Amino acid sequence: MSGDKPHIVPYRVYFIILIALLILTFSSVGITSIELAEYTVAAALLFAVVKSYLVLTYFMHLKYDKPYIKIMVGFVFAIFFVVIIITFLDYLYRV
Amino acid sequence: MEHAHHVEHPDMYDEESSKIGMWFFIFTELLLFGALFVVYAVYRYMNPDAFHLAAEELNTTIGTINTIILLVSSMTIAMATTALRKGQNNVAVALVVVTFLIGLAFLVNKYFEWGVKFSHGIWPGSEHMLNEMSQGEILFFGLYFVMTGLHALHIIVGMAIMAFAIRGLIRGKVKIERPSLLDNCGLYWHLVDLIWIFLFPLFYLIH
Repeated sequence: MSGDKPHIVPYRVYFIILIALLILTFSSVGITSIELAEYTVAAALLFAVVKSYLVLTYFMHLKYDKPYIKIMVGFVFAIFFVVIIITFLDYLYRV
Repeated sequence: MEHAHHVEHPDMYDEESSKIGMWFFIFTELLLFGALFVVYAVYRYMNPDAFHLAAEELNTTIGTINTIILLVSSMTIAMATTALRKGQNNVAVALVVVTFLIGLAFLVNKYFEWGVKFSHGIWPGSEHMLNEMSQGEILFFGLYFVMTGLHALHIIVGMAIMAFAIRGLIRGKVKIERPSLLDNCGLYWHLVDLIWIFLFPLFYLIH
């Protein structure tokens, strides 16, 4: 990635991402209205994770940012998920 | 007089460090909401039936409309950053104004949504809540009001930053060589969107 010229994201890209996000939103509303018992939470969160990936990558420009910014953001989110997982392991195996 | 000639202050502006600073701030926001999500998750795990029951009270339609509103507004502010880089200043101003108005629509929607809860006697510490709800339901609505309230506060702050961005764009302070205020305004707004992306399924969809 050359640092001379800032990357200009075409309007079209943002519009396509919006359409994808809306489709994912309606899909998550649809899938959670079906009785899936304990999988409902998992399904809803999976859709939310995909949506946030699209927002981070395109709307928040990470796709076009320098690698160290991508790594930094990825690292912080990874730590965040690890903390959540550890909290749950604690609750699941507490005596 | 030697002092008479104007001393040029070096322009310390740096687009990249502005961006990094904004990301650091976003990480602190992640911690703030992250802690609340953990609290929500643990209480949901401890009170599955009460959370299930309480979530029925929330209006999925209003939640979905607000999700669409925020997603569209994220697109418009992202487009504003493109407009600025293309040198289309007026388009950039128009897009930020549109984003601001969409943010306002979100708040109006939230006002009516909370209004319905209040008219059902549901607000933190209300008689109805304390006398007729189980511990788990009280926790659900407590978290609902705190988390959506804190999120709405972020919407208001985001709109305030937009007002500064609009002023900067009109006065020529925010321009193609100095886009950081608009860029960071966009990043903040996307963060608000990102938080809602998780609030929406957790409160409105999972029954």
